[in-house]
Amino acid sequence: MSPQEAIAMQSRRSFLRNCAGGIGTLGLAHLLALEGRTATTAPHFAPKAKNVIFLFMEGAPSQMDLLDPKPELQKWHGKALPASVTKDLKLAFIKPTAKVLGSSFKFEKHGQCGMEISELLPHTASCADDICLVRSVTSDAFNHHPGQLLLFTGHVLAGRPTMGSWLTYALGSESKNLPGFVVLPSGAGTSAGSDNYTSGFLPSSYAGTVFRSSGDPILYLSNPKGISSESQHARLDLLNDLNQDHYKQTGDAEIESRIQSYELAAKMQTSAPELLDFSKEAPATMEAYGVNQEATKAFGTNCLLARRLVERGVRFVLLMHASWDHHSGIVNGLKKTCGATDQPVAALLKDLKQRGLLDETLVVWGGEFGRTPMCEIRRPDDPNSIGRDHHPTGYSMWLAGGGIRGGQVIGQTDEFGLQVLQDPVHVHDMQATMLNRLGLDHTKLTYRYMGRDFRLTDVSGQVIKKMLA
Amino acid sequence: MYREPMTSLLRRGRVFLLPSTLLLLAPAAFPQSESTFPPASDRQIEFAADVQPLLKTRCFACHGSAQQMSGLRLDRKAEALKGGYSGVVITPGASAESKLIHRVAGAKGVTAMPPGTKGLSAAEVGVLRKWIDEGAPWPETEIASAAADTTKKPLHWAFRPIEKPEAPAVGNDAWIHNEIDRFVLAKLEKQKLAPSAEANKATLLRRVSLDLIGIPPTREELAAFLRDKSPQAYERVVDRLLASPHFGERWARPWLDRARYADSDGYEKDWVRPYAWRWRQWVIGALNQDMPFDQFTTEQIAGDLLPNATVEQRVATGFHRNTLTNREGGVDSKQFEFDAALDRTNTVAATWLGLTMGCAQCHDHKFDPVSQKEYYSMLAFFENLKEVDRDAALPGEIGPYLQKRDEYRSKREALLKEYKVAELQEAWEKRMLEAAANPGKWTDWDLAWDCLLKLTEFGDGEKIIHIPSEKRTERERDILIDHFIRNYHFAVGPKVYGEVKFKELDGKLRELYSSYPQLTQAMTVAENAEDGHYFLRVRGDYQSKGIEVHRATPAILPALKISGSGPNRLDLAHWIVAKDNPLPARVTVNWIWQELFGKGLVKTPEDFGTRAEPPTHPELLDWMAADFIENGWSLKGVIRNIVMSSTYRQSSKARPELETVDPENALLARQSRLRLPAELIRDSALSSAGLLSEEIGGKSVYPPQPKGVMDLGYGSRSASMWPESKGSDRYRRGLYIHFQRSTPYPMLVNFDAPKANVAICRRDRSNTALQALNLLNDPVFMEAAEALAYRTLMEAPPSFDQRLQWMSETALSRGVNDQEIARYHRFFEKQKSLLASDSGAAKELASAALPGIERTDIAAWVSLASVVLNLDEFVTRE
Repeated sequence: MSPQEAIAMQSRRSFLRNCAGGIGTLGLAHLLALEGRTATTAPHFAPKAKNVIFLFMEGAPSQMDLLDPKPELQKWHGKALPASVTKDLKLAFIKPTAKVLGSSFKFEKHGQCGMEISELLPHTASCADDICLVRSVTSDAFNHHPGQLLLFTGHVLAGRPTMGSWLTYALGSESKNLPGFVVLPSGAGTSAGSDNYTSGFLPSSYAGTVFRSSGDPILYLSNPKGISSESQHARLDLLNDLNQDHYKQTGDAEIESRIQSYELAAKMQTSAPELLDFSKEAPATMEAYGVNQEATKAFGTNCLLARRLVERGVRFVLLMHASWDHHSGIVNGLKKTCGATDQPVAALLKDLKQRGLLDETLVVWGGEFGRTPMCEIRRPDDPNSIGRDHHPTGYSMWLAGGGIRGGQVIGQTDEFGLQVLQDPVHVHDMQATMLNRLGLDHTKLTYRYMGRDFRLTDVSGQVIKKMLA
Repeated sequence: MYREPMTSLLRRGRVFLLPSTLLLLAPAAFPQSESTFPPASDRQIEFAADVQPLLKTRCFACHGSAQQMSGLRLDRKAEALKGGYSGVVITPGASAESKLIHRVAGAKGVTAMPPGTKGLSAAEVGVLRKWIDEGAPWPETEIASAAADTTKKPLHWAFRPIEKPEAPAVGNDAWIHNEIDRFVLAKLEKQKLAPSAEANKATLLRRVSLDLIGIPPTREELAAFLRDKSPQAYERVVDRLLASPHFGERWARPWLDRARYADSDGYEKDWVRPYAWRWRQWVIGALNQDMPFDQFTTEQIAGDLLPNATVEQRVATGFHRNTLTNREGGVDSKQFEFDAALDRTNTVAATWLGLTMGCAQCHDHKFDPVSQKEYYSMLAFFENLKEVDRDAALPGEIGPYLQKRDEYRSKREALLKEYKVAELQEAWEKRMLEAAANPGKWTDWDLAWDCLLKLTEFGDGEKIIHIPSEKRTERERDILIDHFIRNYHFAVGPKVYGEVKFKELDGKLRELYSSYPQLTQAMTVAENAEDGHYFLRVRGDYQSKGIEVHRATPAILPALKISGSGPNRLDLAHWIVAKDNPLPARVTVNWIWQELFGKGLVKTPEDFGTRAEPPTHPELLDWMAADFIENGWSLKGVIRNIVMSSTYRQSSKARPELETVDPENALLARQSRLRLPAELIRDSALSSAGLLSEEIGGKSVYPPQPKGVMDLGYGSRSASMWPESKGSDRYRRGLYIHFQRSTPYPMLVNFDAPKANVAICRRDRSNTALQALNLLNDPVFMEAAEALAYRTLMEAPPSFDQRLQWMSETALSRGVNDQEIARYHRFFEKQKSLLASDSGAAKELASAALPGIERTDIAAWVSLASVVLNLDEFVTRE
């Protein structure tokens, strides 16, 4: 039995003592997990971070235009790379003979650490000393859906639980009135859709709950048409009384658990609107996040929400911004996507820091893989159509906050950005390191399914010591 | 805690991980230069004195008599020299080329041996090198193998032959309805426990209705059953339900879970599979006619290989087509075909054999007697599949189709002519083939070619384009033309595409297609003409071919019988349902038991292996399994036997005295209360409301769902991807709801419906706040509440009490007591007073007027009905 199961069992037992008889099956433990009663679970060792904000840049941002400068590419611009360099590459769309595309963007050193960051990310650059930039991340997949699955579930095929599910399964959530794993999408839809926040073979109560930007923020959160809040209250009261009666007759503790699920639903109905009410935020904060500017509104709102969610103890907040899949129109595409996300990201880091939350919040930025130094040309007759193809080796992600040593760059890629020269960090290593910051040993966080004990990091993964504060 | 001991670095695509310097200097990891390993020892080496003790202490634990990891056994000469799954490991005379040396010397790119070390010491490696360089001499006198061979462990219970046990004698014979009860009661009596009383009639009727057809009884059915005092009353109900066409719908759903059924591809673009439902329809039909389970099995696994296979038998093979598909650009199709074969193997193993065979994909199964080699020998049955979409007309389709066919064809041809398709297509095909032969020459045509490989609907575009146009069948021609018209823009760009007006043409063609009678299609499989060669994959990695394997079944189970030239899928199917294969009958009766009691006699339906908890009632399991086979594999027979038993008919009320002796209800001294599965919660609500459509089978439907759900999928699908159903299709049963894997219908997900990625043999039953919000506030459930209220007001006698009674009988299959009436009444009055001051709200709740009833009264009834549909009792099978 895992520690979290032991705790769930314990609280269930004490719960059962209190309500005299009956036995819960799965449901009760799930409810406890959702409600955060398993939050008392002891992690494997003292955690450095309590919560995670994962800024998922869907579609694979171009590392050589953003975070990993490759001046050598300017020299090769318009020429094919030597066959010796490209012969073992796996490419999605282009051929190895594709011409090199030098970056159109300038890089400068930032912060005391002198981290080189592109002019596309001026706001992120101002946080350089808090950021641990990893330029050597490597994925096994070079297509989006498998890549996203690997990043979030540790395996390229569908069916396994995602990182947020693993964490809420292991640690519960301190938030009593909100789900422990919240998803905030912006931009377009993602390649993997709900696979990015599925609970896989874990119970569905560990799945991410999407907070939507239009309509009900949580599906079916608001009362039906014609049901006022008083009316709703009356409905819940009647329901509660009748369910209690039935519980007395049958003695099935599952009913108690269902009663509690309705109580929690009612709490969510009040706590979610409170969460979304920005009226008490300072105008300067709103401006910093870009909540009221068209370009940054969607992602800025989600960043501000992310801070408010971790303030309320939500364990895992997944922001997904799509799409960075710049096969074509990369120059304008990057300007637009960076314009939508850069300022809010920096505002979030600074805001967390200023409130003393950064130390306990692990912030991660990145996509499912990177892009090629070579140019993809979908329309030879249109010079603006150029872009970059998928490249899984040596792409860039960054981490900040919760137990991460900022102001450093880890890993180095070759002059073309094709291969890792130093400190390779596989996606599984990234996952192992993240779990480590939450106080979890990635080899011990397991769940038995189909006869096997599964892990987020599958059968590999190493904690990257250099990242740790 | 269990952990994979061998963490492998060489994973799919991990070749990229090698630093570029290594890539440039030494593109292949092997052969490595002599100098990278410790040198061969310069002293005299003797096998018995130097080599064998070394192998014994450092290698035999994993590669000896007890286990042979990666198929390698080093304690016997013949096996050691033969090698393991990855091939020969000792190359006599050439130690630097021997994989054994690479491993024990900790060469780059391979896992060092023994695991967890960096290899053997330089001196030890030197000994082995010297020995190999000298030709690996191995005297024929071998040391006796370790003890493991001497004591043979008894066969694990699940692999033993099924022998029908005698039903035990019991003290309380009066309780016994059939043999099932004897096994249960004997165990209870041993524990000095009495079974629970029979559930009251109303509860029993509701239970058996939900269990057999998934729809609660109507008021009339309830009344008739309560009136019928004859001893056969219950039996008559059971037989009525077993004969109902809704039986197939109810029992298809758990089968669909196992088959990972969905209406879309799964990966990325997650294309809709417009005819996936054709296989679902086959399942419903087969269950309704109680097709013997051996036939049910054979047709799904290998219907295409049956002699003179009928269309329906081919449709059955759609079971294998429910695997996920990836149409992303640049995807390695071979890799995904391999992944699909893995999925098919694991699904068949879990569904029919209760074996977690997937564990043996990367290494020998750690707990069960399935070696990695045996896994790939099973996989080989599925590696030569091809996917075939075909006509699979339903009754009544062919006549009208043939009648209008010529007219449709000539109109289609006219349209193609009008838009000059043939000329343009000829040039396009020519250039496509040129582009394919010259990758990198024209980047736009490269993309167009890739799209042909990934985006052809209902066929294999790459295959068709290589067939000379005059030799293509009409079907092949249509497939390529349609692809060309829809995807020409990839090749020529938006401007030219706009000029040829193909978008307009595509619209007209689609409209034409849908305005004429057409034949339903089916997704099926067939075998490729040529037999393939099959290989073990080292560490499960598709790119690391190991030894060649041949189609075979695990040695622990009875032998495979080969009917034709070589073993094929049909032989596999026959082997699965052979009378001497002990697993499928046990697994299947356990599945049925699980459906009717919430938990199987074996708690892990997907795992009957050595790590699973043994059955709570092993004799009962075997009795039922034997009986199942004796009765011609009749599923309805098993179900009937169980629901007729006293065991099944017990009350589900908790009994305090049982909580300490049997908290998990393993002894079955009572029934269990079970929250209904997602689909049945919806079905029950619609049925109570009188809205449920009783149509059986057919296409999937799109009931209303909140705006924005589809947006979360690839490329922000527009609302057009969810063409909301009209009329009675909005009220079809839950199993007909279109399942889009990447953005599934929220209510199904909220209530634990599986995600359709892998075989699911048991669902969770969770209670969450999101479920509560769903039932409280979802307009679909409010609509059901509204309809229930109107039905009540129109059909029940007019007093409050009588109306409440009527509503309760309809929705909960029971009446209400005085205390409940009082409580409901208080609520009703409160709602009325709230609504009195808010006439808008009343109209929103109650959309239509009824003569003689105030609108606020109707609205209060709607509100009350919505509470009834939220009751724990409503969503639970008691």
